[in-house]
Amino acid sequence: MSCEEYNTLIHGYLDGELDLLSTLRLEAHLPECASCAQAYGSHRALRSAMSSGKLNFKPPNELAERIHLSLHQASKAERVASLSVWEALKPMRWRISWPSMSIAAAAVLVAMVAWRLGSVASRPSPDDLLAQEVLSSHVRSLMANHLTDVPSSDRHTVKPWFDGKVDFSPPVKDLSGDGFPLVGGRLDYLEDRPVAALVYQRRKHFINLFVWPSAEDSRLKTVMRQGYNLFHWTQSGMTYWAASDLNSTELQEFVRLVQGHDGRIP
Amino acid sequence: MAEPNTLTHFEAALLPHLAAAYNLARWLARNDHDAEDLVQEAYLRAFKAFDSFHGGDGRGWILAIVRNTCYSWLQQNRNQELAQVFDEELHTVEGHSRSPEAMLLRNADAQLLRDALEKLPVEFREILVLRELEGMSYREIADLAGIPVGTVMSRLARGRERLQRQLTHPVNKEA
Repeated sequence: MSCEEYNTLIHGYLDGELDLLSTLRLEAHLPECASCAQAYGSHRALRSAMSSGKLNFKPPNELAERIHLSLHQASKAERVASLSVWEALKPMRWRISWPSMSIAAAAVLVAMVAWRLGSVASRPSPDDLLAQEVLSSHVRSLMANHLTDVPSSDRHTVKPWFDGKVDFSPPVKDLSGDGFPLVGGRLDYLEDRPVAALVYQRRKHFINLFVWPSAEDSRLKTVMRQGYNLFHWTQSGMTYWAASDLNSTELQEFVRLVQGHDGRIP
Repeated sequence: MAEPNTLTHFEAALLPHLAAAYNLARWLARNDHDAEDLVQEAYLRAFKAFDSFHGGDGRGWILAIVRNTCYSWLQQNRNQELAQVFDEELHTVEGHSRSPEAMLLRNADAQLLRDALEKLPVEFREILVLRELEGMSYREIADLAGIPVGTVMSRLARGRERLQRQLTHPVNKEA
């Protein structure tokens, strides 16, 4: 075997990728050949200098968020496109290749304009995206049998549980006297940050109350999605989202109690 | 595939590899701004192709898509950079740098090393990044780049030789 061939094997050897036979040959050759031994030494030094981690480029913090948002939009656009408009458009596109097509062409044009307008109008706002995220978290908490991390009806158990898990102290109220017993708390993840999820109950309906600090100021808004009611507001530097399949009237009553409009704030 | 659940699965499986994806794109594109755009585009492509991902090596899967995205971009924007590689393949390995300075690499400044690596032709650069920075095995690199395992080793050998030469006798002409 020539030194040139050994010089390639050195790399497999350094990387721990060489078969046994070649390893034995190389190990026999190195002590006998000063030139190959030196090459081995310098490549080994280069390897350790390179694998120190100093050469890695770190993604900027906002990149994950940017990708997250673009995926949400793509996911939403996909859902819109898979609805009937797209299906209706396909056969019309096909017809356009036929001679007597002016009517079909006009129809296509109208459909396309309508579709473009529709997609512009349905471009999700950050609030829409967040609402979808909140709803997904709510549904997931019910499906995955992971409603609470700390099952307790005692707010003095639930509130301190969040210490050290989130960088704020969520306000936890006891609303059992108003027919909304506390079920427990859970750590959840929204808008790329850990948030507190407080779980309350009304009869058979669960309510997820998501809380996290926010500089924004927002009045009470309500959204109805896929049969769920969502209420959203900010108060004293905290953002609140309440999600439930409970009817809108009772959920609003819950929201007012959380907001402290009954005057019995603990 | 467009259910919110799918998106959650996708993100859980592939966002953890964002650092590796960005690192590869950054080394291939050689600037921050394009690297960010390319990674974003790669994640969108990956999401649309998520049906074809059957679990397993998420990092290898997303890196292959990042690599394809970057190569398409290089083809459009820096065609001469890719063409150069074929000349490189014809070159035989010249005499190795035997200078004692080579042994001083242990203390080599990270910036010097970074500059030298940036000057390598893209095919050597990417294999070195995958091996040394991402710690991937020859097999994983071979699958990702679609080349035989033997070629991975010979390119690593050539790439490291060139890097040694760059560091001991810096000539700012390559790539």
